[in-house]
Amino acid sequence: MTVLAALEGMDRLSSGDVLVAQNVAFAIMAITMVASALRMVTTRNVVHAALYLVIVLAGVAGIFILLGAEFLGVTQIMVYIGAIVVLFLFGIMLTKGSFGDDDGVTGERRLMAGLVGLLVFGVMAAALVESFADAELSRSGPSTTADIADSIFGYYIVPFEAVSVLLLAALIGAIVVARKD
Amino acid sequence: MLLNQFLLLSAVLFSIGVYGVLARRNGVLVLMSIELILNAVNINLVAFAAFTGTIGGEVFALFVIAVAAAEVGVGLAMVLLLYRSSRTIDLTTVDRLRG
Repeated sequence: MTVLAALEGMDRLSSGDVLVAQNVAFAIMAITMVASALRMVTTRNVVHAALYLVIVLAGVAGIFILLGAEFLGVTQIMVYIGAIVVLFLFGIMLTKGSFGDDDGVTGERRLMAGLVGLLVFGVMAAALVESFADAELSRSGPSTTADIADSIFGYYIVPFEAVSVLLLAALIGAIVVARKD
Repeated sequence: MLLNQFLLLSAVLFSIGVYGVLARRNGVLVLMSIELILNAVNINLVAFAAFTGTIGGEVFALFVIAVAAAEVGVGLAMVLLLYRSSRTIDLTTVDRLRG
């Protein structure tokens, strides 16, 4: 009986308080990410845009961890923030002077782009609210790295090899395109 | 947690990325906006993986990260080549193939 009561207490804990904490964490990360993303596409300074991109990518990593995909969250930090953003900063610095600050955009161009963005969001939001109105996430615990490894090297081995070949081709292609001759 | 809160966040980020691709003229910034779009897709994949309790979505998010890395490498190489040949990375001036 006591064990059962304790289990019930634990269940209430994990379904109530922890979930509130998760929702608060989600809200903080979501607001930060959306604000940073907006600043990224509107700021004039390209280096600042890269740094705002770092905030968004870190927020995505946090969302992954919130969803129980811890391996993916760590991979996101290592690959995106560790490698891709550095690559962007190199790209910005190697092309600096050509575009000191991107005044960007004439009014009409910005207006049309904003309209297209709003339209895309409107259509997607309507479809999502219609389709998944109150769908709750199942709480089955985090997925382990071993599960992902089994899946990649078992069922998804062919796409994995294809991605390897793609990465090799992209590597060689980038060197060939960018080298001075 | 609702499934929809993740999907709507992803939709917002996707739309901001679309705006960035359309509105900005700097080649590097357009590539960054594409990264934003790919990350929005990744959030969707992982959210549905958690929703259905399967692992396939996470595996495909990993594939998307790998393809994004390849895309950034080739894309930045092309931007550098553009800068070397025409001293600008303003994408609105790249219209040499226009008929």
